[in-house]
Amino acid sequence: MENNHLPNYLEYRGKYKGLLGWLTTTDHKRIGLLYMYSMLTFFATGAVLGILMRLELIAPGKQLMEAQTYNALFTLHGLSMIFLFVIPGVAAVFGNFILPIIIGAKDVAFPRVNLLSWYLYIIGAIIVLTSQFMGDGPPDTGWTFYAPYSLKTQTNVVAAVLGAFVLGFSSILTGLNFITTMHRLRAPGMGWMRMPIFAWTLYATGWIQLLATPIVGITLLMIAAERLLGIGFFDPALGGDPILYQHLFWTYSHPAVYIMILPAMGVISEIIPTFSRKPIFGYTALIISSMAIAFVGYFVWGHHMFTSGMSTGSRWIFSFLSFIVALPSAVKVFNWTATLYKGSIRLQTPFWWAMGFIFVFMIGGFSGLVVGSLATDIHVHDTYFVVAHFHYIVFGGTGFAFFAAMHYWWPKIYGRVYNAKIANIGLGIFFTGFNIIYFPMFILGMQGMPRRYYDYLPQFENWNVVSTIGSWIMVTGLIIIITNLLRARKATGKIVDDPWDGPTLEWSIKSPPIVENFEEIPVVTTGPYEFK
Amino acid sequence: METTINAHTDLHRDDTAAKLGMWLFIFTEILLFGGLFIVYSVYRYLNPVAFHLAHEELSIPMGLINTIILLVSSATVAMSITAMQKGDKKMSMYFVAATVILALVFLINKYFEWGSKFEHGMYPGSELMALLSKGDMLFFSLYFFMTGLHAVHILVGMALLIVTFFRIKQNHVRSDKYALLENSGLYWHLVDLIWIFLFPLFYLIH
Amino acid sequence: MNKENSHISSYKDHLMVLSILITLTVLTVAITSIELSAFNTAAALLIATVKATIVLLYFMHLRFDQKVYLIMTVLVLALLVVVIGITVFDYIDR
Repeated sequence: MENNHLPNYLEYRGKYKGLLGWLTTTDHKRIGLLYMYSMLTFFATGAVLGILMRLELIAPGKQLMEAQTYNALFTLHGLSMIFLFVIPGVAAVFGNFILPIIIGAKDVAFPRVNLLSWYLYIIGAIIVLTSQFMGDGPPDTGWTFYAPYSLKTQTNVVAAVLGAFVLGFSSILTGLNFITTMHRLRAPGMGWMRMPIFAWTLYATGWIQLLATPIVGITLLMIAAERLLGIGFFDPALGGDPILYQHLFWTYSHPAVYIMILPAMGVISEIIPTFSRKPIFGYTALIISSMAIAFVGYFVWGHHMFTSGMSTGSRWIFSFLSFIVALPSAVKVFNWTATLYKGSIRLQTPFWWAMGFIFVFMIGGFSGLVVGSLATDIHVHDTYFVVAHFHYIVFGGTGFAFFAAMHYWWPKIYGRVYNAKIANIGLGIFFTGFNIIYFPMFILGMQGMPRRYYDYLPQFENWNVVSTIGSWIMVTGLIIIITNLLRARKATGKIVDDPWDGPTLEWSIKSPPIVENFEEIPVVTTGPYEFK
Repeated sequence: METTINAHTDLHRDDTAAKLGMWLFIFTEILLFGGLFIVYSVYRYLNPVAFHLAHEELSIPMGLINTIILLVSSATVAMSITAMQKGDKKMSMYFVAATVILALVFLINKYFEWGSKFEHGMYPGSELMALLSKGDMLFFSLYFFMTGLHAVHILVGMALLIVTFFRIKQNHVRSDKYALLENSGLYWHLVDLIWIFLFPLFYLIH
Repeated sequence: MNKENSHISSYKDHLMVLSILITLTVLTVAITSIELSAFNTAAALLIATVKATIVLLYFMHLRFDQKVYLIMTVLVLALLVVVIGITVFDYIDR
């Protein structure tokens, strides 16, 4: 057969070989992997910082570090986890690798812009990370840069803010690229209503990236201008209004949560039909709910500001809209479970990850209703309840889906199967550790322990100890999971094209895929989830 | 590999995708300025009198001239596309050049406008600014920031147009392949579009 | 090149559009120089919107292009207006 001679994207030798070949590549698959390995590095950094914070909190009083160090630590933990891991997260890694293949294209619409956005990501990351070591000390504002403190603190806020601005630009270019790709490069016969859900969620995500990111971009520029030039925007002494900063910040940063979660939901929507051997239930409803989440999600930012002094009418509207946005999310969960019904379920690793996702996402979602309603939010605002909710949604949602996607598409990326037994054990340990860290935080929050302090009252000690022990368990699980996957790239795994009998286009080609994915662009004649 | 890549991109050339990409980028730019329009609306609502008084410091004739300059430049860049579609390369280049010159005139005007403010000690962070009432201070902060950001966009647009000019000259942009000209044109219209709102919001308040 | 670009606007069309735009600009300056209080702002913004629409439809070719660009533009601008509205509402309501 002739296609045996076509090199796959890993073997392919372009103008440059080795590392330089990777750094100058315009192949969407290689760019996806560039993102993946850089992201895993930042994720590891953020995780280490998280462990250190948990260690500090193992007992009341000073354990390891000063309060100022702790403030810098949670700022950097937030910055690297939010801006460098979960916001680009699933979209930049698996969107890049899988999107063109799953819609039957040879690459994204603008391959060079795609490489540019990876470079912007790296440059932004470098600026954010060096802001820790240069100037007058690491920023201590938290990842939200709330004015007026961010205008007054002596720490190196400007660099961190500009880094976040560059990262935003990278995110915009990715969204722009994906939207154009889906408009222009779908395979013949693949109408919009035959596009897999994962692609649809990336489409919705792309629009949020385009339309929300510039708002935070300009806001961060205003913070920089205010610090550097003394232009008054948010400083009350110069006539500004700090609450307006919060409006602008959350106008982006709440939709950003949907940038994180929508592609994650897309991954789950791919895994569930494959392992239930059944077309997904409510294909159209899933698409509509994705677009609805993107759309309504744009108008709920104010629920971060219930206690900031916003007007009563606004609070009421934002609370109402926040409850509305829970509906499409619920639609998705119902559709996933309905897909399982009467399916011939295969209990393989990606399926277990999807189940883990649904479990933690439900806890995160329901706790979201608690903080979304006005009366209860007053009680738990700025307590550990919010920290728990946030980690259940962002880490439990996006993080779980990220690892689910790794386990689902790893055989596609490297053409080899990992050790399923070790993967399952790793998942079990990780899942247990995850719940032991974060669930006690709900209780602590209800009891009134405030967030963002390096110290706490003695009555909170017991649950904090539990939580810190959980962090050790979770890290053990993470190490098992990652090493198992990394080992499977070469020696251990056996070579396969399609270990899951997947229905979508990416499983119809060789693993690892050849350079331009398809020898011949496929013609699509059916919907995405048809099982023989 | 370089040659294969070029062959590859040429084979896959998709002018519609390029245009869609430019439109999406324009949406991003609209929202970027949108953030500033939000700030403007809120502060104007909070300080109606101060904004009204502060605007009288700005020269309406100067703003009017600059508005007309930008409108004309928008027309010239549109006409350069018409010329290109008709296959008139030379005319198209003239129109692009005219647009760049008009942009330059706009910036020179802006330079004098800002310069006269600076001479009177009105610039962000100056002692005079600190003496102003809070509403005045916000007005001028927004004025400098928004027109400054707009000027940055003018510079970017000029750079794009200059590149386009030389690409036309070298026949890389031709009557059967003018996506670059079209896209620089779209970007230039965006710059005009934003000014259309900046002009009444800063110069014509009552 | 593309089918959708088959429409070529003539120089005359462009000059016509330009003269309308300049007339409208002069008109705004004239209107706002008379004292009409709140009405001034509304008139200035209305004229600016009309001008922007003309630029979008004719100079930026939305009228002749595929409808998808027009739809997208309208939705994006509507989004911006709603976001400005919601934010300002908070201040009006306080």
